[in-house]
Amino acid sequence: MWKFIVRRLLVTFPQIVLLSILVFVMAQFMPGDALTGQVDPNVSPEIKQQIRERLGLNNPWYVQYTDWIGGAVTGDFGQSFRFKMPVTDLIEQRIYNTFWLSLVTLIFMYIIAVPLGIISGRYNDTWLDQTITGYTYLGFATPLFIFALVMLWIFGYQFGWFPTSGSVAPGLSPGSWDYVWSKFQHLLLPALSMALIGTVSTVQYLRSEIVDTKQRDFIITARAKGASESRVYNRHILRNSVLPIAAFFGWEITGLISGTIFIERIFGYPGMGALFLESVLMRDYSVVTALVLLFGVAAILGALLSDIILSIVDPRIRIK
Amino acid sequence: MSNRLLEIENLTTSFRIGDGYYAAVDNVSLTVNRNEVLGIVGESGSGKSALAFSIMRLHNRAKIEGKINLEDTDLVKASTNELNKLRGDSLSMIFQDPLTALNPLMEIGAQIGETLVLHRPQMSKKQRYDRVIELLNLVGIPRPEHVYQQYPHELSGGMRQRVVIAIAIANKPQLLIADEPTTALDVTIQAQILDLIHKLKEEMDAGIILITHDLGVVAEMADRVAVMYAGEIVEVAEVHTLFENPLHPYTRSLLNSVPTEGQDKLHVIQGIVPSLKNLPRTGCRFAARIPWIDESAHEENPVLHEVSPGHYVRCTCHSKFYFPEEGKEGEANGAS
Repeated sequence: MWKFIVRRLLVTFPQIVLLSILVFVMAQFMPGDALTGQVDPNVSPEIKQQIRERLGLNNPWYVQYTDWIGGAVTGDFGQSFRFKMPVTDLIEQRIYNTFWLSLVTLIFMYIIAVPLGIISGRYNDTWLDQTITGYTYLGFATPLFIFALVMLWIFGYQFGWFPTSGSVAPGLSPGSWDYVWSKFQHLLLPALSMALIGTVSTVQYLRSEIVDTKQRDFIITARAKGASESRVYNRHILRNSVLPIAAFFGWEITGLISGTIFIERIFGYPGMGALFLESVLMRDYSVVTALVLLFGVAAILGALLSDIILSIVDPRIRIK
Repeated sequence: MSNRLLEIENLTTSFRIGDGYYAAVDNVSLTVNRNEVLGIVGESGSGKSALAFSIMRLHNRAKIEGKINLEDTDLVKASTNELNKLRGDSLSMIFQDPLTALNPLMEIGAQIGETLVLHRPQMSKKQRYDRVIELLNLVGIPRPEHVYQQYPHELSGGMRQRVVIAIAIANKPQLLIADEPTTALDVTIQAQILDLIHKLKEEMDAGIILITHDLGVVAEMADRVAVMYAGEIVEVAEVHTLFENPLHPYTRSLLNSVPTEGQDKLHVIQGIVPSLKNLPRTGCRFAARIPWIDESAHEENPVLHEVSPGHYVRCTCHSKFYFPEEGKEGEANGAS
């Protein structure tokens, strides 16, 4: 087991290095540099050139890359020119918001997907299954940002059940019960919107796996042992059917990243996704590169997590 | 007859295809006694497995009519709960393909133990473990303590088939249905598995239904043989009678298809088993595959005739049957 994880980690490391190089090179290709717009237009080009030289902006890309990654490893991603503060501090403020939003979304997704998938797979081709399948098709077809806007409009503005922007009500002291509750209220609607749309692929996966597993020979063996219908489902069909779902778990994280970018923007939720979108629009390069790197690392770690989970639930891929 | 274990009466199992029901097992009546092996032979598609699954009541969406009396219980009328009590206990089945018959995510020990959990809930964990080890020993698996915690993918096909057998015999069933238990295995393993089934029959005093298309296996194992064609029983006889004096054209064709020494050309039965939907439901079902026999030889509605005690044959065409290569003079042989 540990051997497997270590081996898998060893593969992950070069992936992250490669990703960081790609991110950096792409940032280099973007027009402008750290001085663009930062310096008084009256400063002569010679002095600008001098500053460039001093900041190392004329060095070849691999020297600059080493400088950058050296800083990044110690948690220094440079300065955000828009917020006039270190990128690390900026991200630190936001990362918890996004983390909680993603976590609650994931929990909602599985709370919705597991029962719907099981019902749909177990009673396939009944009206119940058709209703659930109908919902998944709607979910596939609806763009997240439109659905989120509709949710916000109905539940945020028309009914007024949920706050419509921010991550916490102002004037509450951090750590108090009211503060936590207000945080939860703020992320409920965005998380629910994202979960309702994001869950449909998991529902479909689970359904088709169950329909598939139902007809496998070992299910007949289980019935021939005298196992009751519920035992057949709980002990034999379900465990075999959740394998691909477990494998998919890490990828859900990747999906969440792109989801939060839209969702946080729409709900005015101060997280990393919103920060990313703003920074792209404002050409705040140091923030963008740092965030792309973080998102990329999250995706790679998600894939790693998938493999580890799969190796726990499926004995066939354990390395002995 | 107190020795009678299973009595099947006019069993018809039909499947829904499109908007009609088509019988895969058509009006079959059979009996199995204790300590007896009943062989059921026939080509692929003749309804052997459908019959086995009907007895186990494992068909999902089939219409089953008739009677299947296992001792005093009619399996056709039994509720799911009653069936679950019987299945794996006094009624059990060995499946055809050991590679897919085991749950890939469960340890071998747990898969065998599950039958015990279901039918012997009073057993302690320790007792159950000991019984599983005993079963693994019984079916000839070396190092049972090690295999106990292995997964199916770590075992060979022959080993997995032994595990499938261990599951089937865990609760000493009275009726054991073996559905082509050796088809997926190579010849040396086949012999071992057959030996094993034979030994178990003696030990457990059980009735066994052995389904196969291998006539060699039947000759070696069975006490009585039923020959199935297109969902019907066409001939039933003691194993010696059947091999020495086969009557039905289908039985004779099957036996004639077994290669013998010094034979340069293998006999091939013309045509294929008709599909469920295209099967003619009246007249002799084998007629289409022996077109050289005159139509008048067949009965209009063929029934089983008892030609000698315990030897039944369907249709009258057997008395006029000859192989084309023998010519008409072979006719006398057929009538015996």
